[in-house]
Amino acid sequence: MGDGSMNWPRIISVFVVAYLAVFAQSRFLFLRHTVGAQVDLLPALLVYAGLCCSLPLVVTVAVTGGLWLDALSANPLGVSMIPLAAAGLLCHAYRDVILRDDFGTQLSLGFAASAGVPLATLGLLILVGADPLYGGWFVWRWLVSAALGAAFTPLFFLLFSELDRALSYRPETTLSYRPDREIDRGRDAHVPR
Amino acid sequence: MSRRPYVMAFGFVLMVALLVLNLPERQATRAKLAWGSVFMPVFGLAGSVEGVVERGHQALLPRSYLARQIDTLRQENQALRLEILQAQSIRQENDRLRAAVAWQQQTPWRLRLGRVIGQDPSNWWRTMWIDLGEREQMQVNMPVLTSEGLVGRVAEVAFARSRVVLVGDPQCRFAAQVGETRDKGIVAPDEASFDRQVVHFTYVPTTVTLAPGALVVTSGDGGVFPKGIPVGRIVDVATNRYGLFLEARLRLSANLNRLEEVWVMVP
Repeated sequence: MGDGSMNWPRIISVFVVAYLAVFAQSRFLFLRHTVGAQVDLLPALLVYAGLCCSLPLVVTVAVTGGLWLDALSANPLGVSMIPLAAAGLLCHAYRDVILRDDFGTQLSLGFAASAGVPLATLGLLILVGADPLYGGWFVWRWLVSAALGAAFTPLFFLLFSELDRALSYRPETTLSYRPDREIDRGRDAHVPR
Repeated sequence: MSRRPYVMAFGFVLMVALLVLNLPERQATRAKLAWGSVFMPVFGLAGSVEGVVERGHQALLPRSYLARQIDTLRQENQALRLEILQAQSIRQENDRLRAAVAWQQQTPWRLRLGRVIGQDPSNWWRTMWIDLGEREQMQVNMPVLTSEGLVGRVAEVAFARSRVVLVGDPQCRFAAQVGETRDKGIVAPDEASFDRQVVHFTYVPTTVTLAPGALVVTSGDGGVFPKGIPVGRIVDVATNRYGLFLEARLRLSANLNRLEEVWVMVP
């Protein structure tokens, strides 16, 4: 999968996906109308960024994505970036001991991030004096949103893996076959070519 | 693992967040609208694609179905014309009576059609974006409605779009009254309800009787919404926890889950 070394196609694709994720949350309301909660895709994206991208990119995606989300929402501008950055930085800090290619790990990290980020955002909203809607169905919305975020996390890993393959230069591979070390058999085997 | 880069990175994010959160309200709103304007191309693109799909769908509709629709709409149009005639005569009579007793004349509503381009991406608010902005002379606090009833009010205005706070959002509380009995109360969000169509009609005195099914309209108090816009119908009534006032649950007249086009009331 990915590593800390960055390339431009990946940087651009992470930003494009963050942009499209915020747009999709605002435009497509199927989940909100059916299960009563909108999925938050940015925590799942930050899990990917934390595990597979460099530290500056994690910070930039958290700041930019948080600002984009707040700009389309009634949130005070700047309130979403702190929880997103915390999720991304935590994943980045422990990525050497995390099995990032494992499906279960991706799912559980996605669930933890998608559950933790909304809670932290809610806390910050209350702290800055906003009056958000969190009533009797808050737990349901929170769990649904976390479950959906978890489901999207492996999809992000898959998507970026495919994008990496499609957009990045493939590393030059050296063949183990060397004609000068071929063992020739037969009557003329001793004759050099 | 060295913690220093992470502490520095988180400190940087915290600093940016505090800087943005502490902007004066006017600058914060401007920054928010400017930052959100990067989404206008994709909102426009999505609207165009939907339009093309819609036109394609219409082109495929059978002729017999369209003929039936035209027939139905023609009948409906005639019935509405008759109603308008009746309403005009009632209005003229109302104007004469108002003039006779020296009451203030009522100004007719002027409406402007807007298209819904997006909703609030987070789960904490009930707001949406429409494609009318400063270039269409939109202003903050203009009422937004559909033919069924009240939708909300304009909260932020950018050049080509505006954010509308929907009825049921904590930022959209307003005075309303029961259509027939004129008993007044406050429409507020019902945070316990799963259904976005249900809100609270609260602070109604315990001395009055609220009947389920009664229509609640805006009372005109507060200066944002003019009097008489349908809000919803009463579902059930209960006394509040301390027995101080009545609280009714209200099912909104306008379907907030299926909004595609709305009317903005301009002065």
